[in-house]
Amino acid sequence: MNIKTTRRAFLQGATAAAGALVVGLTPKGSWAAAHGGEFMPNPFVKIAPDGKVTVVLKHFEMGQGTSTGLSTLLAEELDANWDDVETEFAPADTGTYMNTLMGVQGSGGSTAIANSYMQYREAGAAAKSLLVQAAAAEWGVDAGEIEVKDGMVSHGSNSASFGDLVGLVPDGATPNPQLKDPSAFTKIGADKLSRKDSRAKTNGTATFAMDVMPEGVVFAVLQRSPKFGGTLTSFDATAAMEVEGVVDVKETPVGVVVYATNTWAAMKGREALTTEWDFSNAETRSQDAMEAEYAEALDRAEGLAAKAEGDAAGALEGAANTIEAEFHFPFLAHAPMETLNSVVQIKDGKAQCWDGCQFHTVTQGAVGAVSGVGPENTAIETVYAGGSFGRRANFSSDYEVEATMAAMALGDGRPVKLVWSREDDVRGGYYRPMTKHRVRAGVDADGNLVGWHSIMANKSIFKGTPMGEAVIVNGVDLFSVEGVADTEYAIPNMEVTLHDMETAVPMLWWRSVGHSHSGYAMEVAMDMAAEAAGRDPVEFRQDLLANAPRSLGVLNLAAEKAGWGGDLPEGWGRGVAVHKSFNTHVAQVAEVSVTDGKVKIERIVAAVDCGVPVNPDVIRAQVEGAIGYGLSHVMRQKITFTDGEVDQSNFPDYEPLRISDMPKIEVHIVPSSEAPTGIGEPGLPPAGPAVANAIYDAMGKRVMHLPMVDDGIEFS
Amino acid sequence: MAITLKINGEEKSVEAPPDMPLLWAIRDVLGMTGTKFGCGVASCGACTVHVDGEPTRSCQAQVGDLEGAEITTIEGLNSDVAAAVQSAWADLDVVQCGYCQSGQIMSAVGLLTENAKPTDEDIDSYMWGNVCRCATYTRIRAAIHEASKRMEA
Repeated sequence: MNIKTTRRAFLQGATAAAGALVVGLTPKGSWAAAHGGEFMPNPFVKIAPDGKVTVVLKHFEMGQGTSTGLSTLLAEELDANWDDVETEFAPADTGTYMNTLMGVQGSGGSTAIANSYMQYREAGAAAKSLLVQAAAAEWGVDAGEIEVKDGMVSHGSNSASFGDLVGLVPDGATPNPQLKDPSAFTKIGADKLSRKDSRAKTNGTATFAMDVMPEGVVFAVLQRSPKFGGTLTSFDATAAMEVEGVVDVKETPVGVVVYATNTWAAMKGREALTTEWDFSNAETRSQDAMEAEYAEALDRAEGLAAKAEGDAAGALEGAANTIEAEFHFPFLAHAPMETLNSVVQIKDGKAQCWDGCQFHTVTQGAVGAVSGVGPENTAIETVYAGGSFGRRANFSSDYEVEATMAAMALGDGRPVKLVWSREDDVRGGYYRPMTKHRVRAGVDADGNLVGWHSIMANKSIFKGTPMGEAVIVNGVDLFSVEGVADTEYAIPNMEVTLHDMETAVPMLWWRSVGHSHSGYAMEVAMDMAAEAAGRDPVEFRQDLLANAPRSLGVLNLAAEKAGWGGDLPEGWGRGVAVHKSFNTHVAQVAEVSVTDGKVKIERIVAAVDCGVPVNPDVIRAQVEGAIGYGLSHVMRQKITFTDGEVDQSNFPDYEPLRISDMPKIEVHIVPSSEAPTGIGEPGLPPAGPAVANAIYDAMGKRVMHLPMVDDGIEFS
Repeated sequence: MAITLKINGEEKSVEAPPDMPLLWAIRDVLGMTGTKFGCGVASCGACTVHVDGEPTRSCQAQVGDLEGAEITTIEGLNSDVAAAVQSAWADLDVVQCGYCQSGQIMSAVGLLTENAKPTDEDIDSYMWGNVCRCATYTRIRAAIHEASKRMEA
């Protein structure tokens, strides 16, 4: 028998010092109810009679390592044997599984470890304390003298495994969680702890939403408007219905759905479909017109004041030397390897959604509302997500809502699996906002940075979303200017002006959000300022970070490890960048070679300070991956428009980073006892500018227009 | 119409038109999901299987052309090379999201079967067609070298 009665009754969060959650237990009924079944002392862990420990993951796993990270936190305090630890995804249940830094159940903003650090440790310690009480009662010894190690509980000559004890927790036992002193950690900070998802992902057994095919499943694809904001006026399904395997075609509020017995037939049926659209409210402009509007905005004097400290205009006026740089950053699609898809079944007043679900609360609400069954009758089954990079966290739950509408339109209670093709993905919107950013900076005769004015033009991500009110201040979406307005550099006179642009093209956070462009502009312009000051780029930054010890620390570490100032082979260049994002500090030194005018990114040395490094090997992996993901867009990715339609369609014209492009990467982690901070995103922002600064060092060319291939850079 | 395919040593009858890509026959008709859809245009390698031992993009191979061929998917890997590759992959924790990794492993097994001691350049050249958006490439290189070592042992 399973003691699920305790599952919902459990969490009584109280905010203690440092924002830590205190875990309390309110057992309903006797612990003895665990006899013969799994012992689930709180919503985060189950222990089976065979000793298997299952950690319940409130966060989804898109590759960022949360299944390993959350397991590490819990297993550390439980003193479980790592090989006995397995994971499962939590159901959608906001009250129990809320991200305490977001206020909803969901993952984003590189917060998974930061918000779970105390909670999962407390949960592990609470479970351990109950097992210890069981052993103490069984052996008639003082609980304080009992030792727990690697899944074994012992006292003198007595010993028992966790599994032996799950049925013996005494009635009325109250957990007494006592957290370890960090000096006693054996798992947190261990240089290498095997990933919990490695085996299943190397033998083909890991289940992604794409692999969910419940009994009776109908495969579906959706014909959307070819221009953002278009609405369907008519369609002809005659030819589509003749495609072998196509079973139905239906109109929905989001477009025309083709249903089939397999995905390929659905795609072929869609190709045979004829649709007509009304584009009167659609984005119909081409790239040149949109860019011209952004460029014109940079020249307008008025704008939203994102920051005004001191007298930037006066400082620039009086500067001994000034620089000006105008940067262009294109729209970008996320293009996770697993294209978006989910399975939705609506039957008997209930909805079920299988999804690599990133925003459980939002998706449960959206599927429940759209289907009419209500969130309380909507279950979300989370499975592995084949990447996200921000795309699956969407306040509109767009692809899950599409699947819901497709299931409703079919209307026969069968599960509908709505799959996006790669073309749908590249052309489907929710892009990283296109941004233009002009920097003017001035240095005095002594080589000090004395003034800085950034003018930025982009479309707000948060406007019109439920979080808009919280993050849009005086019209300024803080995510449009993050990394600039909140820079750690001590710039005495600094002004940041924002122009909030309009387009029907939907925007979304893309790995590192505003930092994905602001880090580049800041760090390339900073190099230009250093040059104008006649100073070394590292030394120039060191001065400006004198009061930002953690950023200064990673800058110094990266410079030291990379051999800053040392000799390089002929034709090579070296560049540096440092950027703080998601409360994590990262510096990188890049080395490039240039042969026959072609650039090769040879090596990147990164230094990172993310507080307590919970899983150093996952941290290294995330920094490696963030650099690679960042280089994709820096080198050659962009989304552009002709008459409102996306020019790119698939990987051949939205070319991702390939193995031959990948530089050698070294990651150095700063030891720290500070609270852990984000790691999924912060490795990205410094990679582009470090490479740009290295290219300048090698070739004397400042690259300000991304992707670099559009600014005359050829890669080997 | 029914087409007989030999997959992982077993003959399977597949109800599909002859021009259906092998990828969709494996996944949607037979329900074997280890082989992944990534792009549909042979540009990412997520759908890589072996046809008569050769890494092949299953999104471009039509089932009507494959009667009599020996098809191996990630589920059917059982060679010594494959064991070395999969154990190296797991021990080095190559994966992140994992969605491309079946295809990466199928290609890596192909590479090491042809060339037991590849250089970084050999790896980059052979694995070029397998995209990983998580950019696990440095670990893929390391794991292929590690598998090569394990094959010698």
